[in-house]
Amino acid sequence: MDEALLRSLTPSVLGILVRRGADFAAAEDAVQDALLEAVRAWPEDPPRDPKGWLVTVAWRRFLDATRSDAARRRREDLVEEEPPPGPAPDADDTLQLYFLCAHPALSPSSAVALTLRAVGGLTTRQIARAYLVPEATMAQRISRAKRTVSEVRLDRPGHVATVLRVLYLVFNEGYSGDVDLAAEAIRLTRQLAAVIDHPEVAGLLALMLLHHARRAARTGADGELVPLAEQDRGRWDTAAIAEGVRILQAALARDRLGEFQAQAAIAALHADAPTAEETDWVQIVEWYDELAGLTDSPIVRLNRAVAVGEADGPRAGLAALAELDESLPRYAAVAAYLHERDGDPAAAARLYAEAAGKAQNLAERDHLTRQAARLNARGRD
Amino acid sequence: MAKYLLLKHYRGDKPANCAPMDQWTPEEISNHIRYMQDFAAALEKTGEFVDAQALAPEGTWVRYDGEGRPPVTDGPFAETKDLIAGWMVIDVDSYQRALELAGELSAAPGPGGKPIHEWLELRPFMSEPPTVTE
Repeated sequence: MDEALLRSLTPSVLGILVRRGADFAAAEDAVQDALLEAVRAWPEDPPRDPKGWLVTVAWRRFLDATRSDAARRRREDLVEEEPPPGPAPDADDTLQLYFLCAHPALSPSSAVALTLRAVGGLTTRQIARAYLVPEATMAQRISRAKRTVSEVRLDRPGHVATVLRVLYLVFNEGYSGDVDLAAEAIRLTRQLAAVIDHPEVAGLLALMLLHHARRAARTGADGELVPLAEQDRGRWDTAAIAEGVRILQAALARDRLGEFQAQAAIAALHADAPTAEETDWVQIVEWYDELAGLTDSPIVRLNRAVAVGEADGPRAGLAALAELDESLPRYAAVAAYLHERDGDPAAAARLYAEAAGKAQNLAERDHLTRQAARLNARGRD
Repeated sequence: MAKYLLLKHYRGDKPANCAPMDQWTPEEISNHIRYMQDFAAALEKTGEFVDAQALAPEGTWVRYDGEGRPPVTDGPFAETKDLIAGWMVIDVDSYQRALELAGELSAAPGPGGKPIHEWLELRPFMSEPPTVTE
């Protein structure tokens, strides 16, 4: 049973149903039913035309489910009317679904859930597990989201930027539960890149591949965080890096820079260095300057301060840091790092302990606590 | 089966007998974390583990302040009041077993590899009403 094939067909099957006149919410339910049916039936009896099979079953389910009087009339009309033989190519259907599921009327969490279900073909249970919420909660979140977008007409172009933000959110959620959301986000972004020619889509795909390539090296044997400089570069996925770099170069060549391409360029420069010492920090700072011009994000400036500290020395990094707001998440962690590089282990230890208290996840808290402990222990020797 | 909450507090009036963690050695920290991970993994194997969560140390007290007014807040406090650091939920056959596990969790190693003897609060869950009442 090829679950990947099944899930890759989801958006176009759903798109066909909607184009035939099914409303989005009902069509989405019908497609989910058809997917479950496929999981049951295909191992015994694999269809010659998987997509045709899914469309037929989903359409039948949709008709069966449409039972009220008004709906029956509508259904009879639909049955009378031969469904159009798909004048719009698949690519358009898929793209429209992405736009719909990332519609600005949805909250980020709703857009993420709807995208994973309607475009990704995941079950409600899988999505609930991935986000560590009860299944009933996720079911409500998805059905509310479906109601929100049911009124939206699919014939207006959507915003690529909103879709990319949603996919990046999915990617960042990482991998808890039994669904690897990072891999899922890559799959969905790849699928999007296949149906729309847009340098920022390519930039996001490159960024994800480059981050994902380092995944195995990012945690140690006990799940502890391993900082970039200390990672075993032999454990990086060179095929993913090569693909990410190739996609990024093609995107950059089109000279329509955006924030995802700039972030990917920074990730590529890290991936490009055979050892941490050989990292081209000067170029990384230049890319951070580009990025700061594109986003105006304080987090970007904080990361830039780290890069400046590597390129021009810790004093320069501390000067760049001094221009920023101390309440930024990870400010104390960056300050600690730069103070240690500047030869002030006592200040660094104090700042690492402070940063540990402000950490937003356990892995980071433990890592920062260890850094403080390492410096304090050295101070006692 | 009965569910119990094992509640960890930030240094309230019953501190664990050890220095804050950033004063330990990195190895002592690693050993402590591994003990916690192994403890949870063993409970999963015996079918007694339900949930474990850690909370950020900064807490804020909040109270309704009447119609049309924003809620009153007190804080945020970092470890100055009795705030909860995290919890583990277990589902066990007896109170005795819950005590035993809480004791084991409190024996997590600290400086010098010695148990930290941390106080934990053990609280039974209120359960569903039973089907059979006579």
